[in-house]
Amino acid sequence: MNDNLIRLTDLEREVPFVLSDAERHEIEHALGHYPDGRAASIEALKIVQQHRGWVPDGALAPVAALIGISAADLEGVATFYSLIFRQPVGRHVIKLCDSISCYLTGYDALRAALEQQLGIGYGQTTPDQRFTLLPVCCLGACDRGPTLMIDDDLHGEVAPGAVAELLAAYP
Amino acid sequence: MMREPTMTLEQQLLVKPLTARVNTAQPMDLAVFEASGGYRALRLAIKELSPQDVQARVKDANLRGRGGAGFPAGVKWGLIPMGPDAGVKYLVCNADEMEPGTFKDRLLMEGAPHQLVEGMLVAAYATRATTGYIFLRGEYVLAAARLNQALAEARAAGLLGRNILGSGWDFDCFVHTGAGRYICGEETALINSLEGRRANPRAKPPFPQIAGAWGRPTVINNVETLNNVAPIVLNGAEWFRDLSQGKSPDGGTKLYGVSGRVKRPGVFELPIGTTAREILEVHAGGMKDGYQLKCWLPGGASTDFLLPEHLDLAMDYDTIGKAGSRMGTGLLAVVDQTHNMVSVVRNLEEFFARESCGWCTPCRDGLPWTVKILRALEAGQGKSGDIEQLVSMTKALGPGRTFCAHAPGAMEPLQSALKFFRAEFEAGIRADQAPAAGSPASSAAG
Repeated sequence: MNDNLIRLTDLEREVPFVLSDAERHEIEHALGHYPDGRAASIEALKIVQQHRGWVPDGALAPVAALIGISAADLEGVATFYSLIFRQPVGRHVIKLCDSISCYLTGYDALRAALEQQLGIGYGQTTPDQRFTLLPVCCLGACDRGPTLMIDDDLHGEVAPGAVAELLAAYP
Repeated sequence: MMREPTMTLEQQLLVKPLTARVNTAQPMDLAVFEASGGYRALRLAIKELSPQDVQARVKDANLRGRGGAGFPAGVKWGLIPMGPDAGVKYLVCNADEMEPGTFKDRLLMEGAPHQLVEGMLVAAYATRATTGYIFLRGEYVLAAARLNQALAEARAAGLLGRNILGSGWDFDCFVHTGAGRYICGEETALINSLEGRRANPRAKPPFPQIAGAWGRPTVINNVETLNNVAPIVLNGAEWFRDLSQGKSPDGGTKLYGVSGRVKRPGVFELPIGTTAREILEVHAGGMKDGYQLKCWLPGGASTDFLLPEHLDLAMDYDTIGKAGSRMGTGLLAVVDQTHNMVSVVRNLEEFFARESCGWCTPCRDGLPWTVKILRALEAGQGKSGDIEQLVSMTKALGPGRTFCAHAPGAMEPLQSALKFFRAEFEAGIRADQAPAAGSPASSAAG
C-alpha cells in the first residue's frame, strides 16, 4: 500500500512536457521548408536541444505529433545522429576533433590535457554539470590543428598548455 | 585573401574565380557582390540562354565534380528529365564537408556565400529545379548564418523566390543543417537525411537524377563544383578549360590545400593539374624544420597513401588514379617521420568504424575488427596471421562487397600503408608469435 502511495505522489509531481511557444513556432517555421513534415525531424530535435540543452524523453511525442510521424520513428532519427543528445549534457559541450589532420598535429596530447583538466573522458559530464566532452569528425579547419569546438565556437592550434585558460572562458 | 595588389578584382576573377572574392572576416554583401559582377551569370542565363544552353556550356567546360568523385557535372545534369511535364525537381548542394583533412568548402561558404547562392540559381535554371537545399553540416555555424543572410538578401532583391527577375521562373532555396554523421556525405544517405530519416545509403539504381529526394529527380553537386558554374556561364567553356594552363586535360582551377606539419598550412586555388610538389613545397612552404615527409594522403581519409617519390605527379583525377590512389578532395594530409603508420592507420580506421551507419555487415562488423587488430599491433601484441588478416579484409570490405563506398574508402589507406610500410606492421607482432609461413618480409617481424 505504502509503495503505491509513494509512486502516485511521484507521478503527480512529474511535470508533463510541454513544447514552449518559441519551440513550436520555430518547428512550424522549419516545416515550411519541406514538402513533407518528416523532413523537419532533425531540425525539430535541434530546436528542442537549443532551448533545453538536450532532448528529454517527454519531447518525443509532442514533436513527433507536430511533424506527423510516430514517436518511435522520431527516436530512431534522434539516436542515429551523434549531435542530438538524448541524455543531459553540461552547460558547455566540448567537441574535440579526432580525425587525421588533428591527429597528426597533436591530438593525443590535447585530449590528455582536456581529460586531465576536466577529470572526465569521452561521453562524460563534469560533476558540476559545466562541461561534456565528446569526440567529433574532422571540423574542416585542418590548417589549424589540433582543433576543437566549445558550443558554437571553433578553436584552432590549441596547445595542451592553453587548455586551462580556454576553459576558463566558459563558466 | 588571395588577391594580388597589382591586379584588379575583375582580372583576379579570371585567374582565380573561386577565391578572388573570398573574405572570411567580412564577406561581400549583395551590393558589393553585384558590383563585382555577381549575379551577372544568372541574369545572362535568364535573359539570353535556354537551360540546355547552360547545360551545354558546363558540359563543354568538362567541369568535374569537386566533391571527390570527379564525375562531370554537365553529364550529371544531362540525366535529369527535362520538358514541361517533368514536374518537381530538386537541386541539393552537398555542403556536408566532413572528409577528414578537407577544409575547402568552409572557406567558400564563409568567405563568399553569394557565390554559392548564384551557383545554385544557375544550376537550378539549367536543370529546371523547383527547390534547392544546401545540406550543411551542423558544426558549420558561421557558414549557416552567412548563407542564410545571402539567401535573404537575394530573396529580397527578387533574385530568389517567385518570378525571378520578372522571368516567370520560380525557385527557392533553403539551408538544411545536419546533426553529425560522416555518412551523410554519401549522396543517397544525404537524401535520406534530408528527408528526415536515418542516414543509411540507398540502393542505386535508381540514381538520384531519376528518383532522388521524395522520389523526384534530384541533382546533387558539391559546394566547389557549384562555385564554378556561374564563372563558366559568364566566361565560357574555353576560358575554363584554359585555366588549367595545360597542366591537365581537365579544366579549371582547383582548391588544393595542405595540413600536417608544414610551414604554411592552408587552401590554395591553383590550376588543376598542379603538381603535389608545388602545392606542398611552394604554396605550403614545405615541411616544418626538423620534420621530413614520410607519406601523404592526396585528398582525404578515404584515399590511398602516396610516397615522396609521387610528389611530381599532377594533382588531377586521372593522374592520381593511375598512381594507385584518388585525388579525392585534393587537400593533402602529410605524415611526417615521427609517426608510426600502424598508429596513423588505426586513427583512420577508428574514424571509419565509428562513422559506419551499420546498414551492411561487412562494414559494421569488419571495420571494428580492423581497429581491434591495429590496436593490438600498435601495442606490440599482434598475433601471427594478423597482417594476412588485414590484407584479406582490404578485399572483403572492398568495392562490390558492401552496400556503399564507405568501407571500400576505409580500405584505401589501409591497403596502401600495408603495401608501403609492411615492416612497421610486422614490428607489432608479439615476439613469441612465429611469423606466418610464406610472409614475404617475415625476417623483419618483431
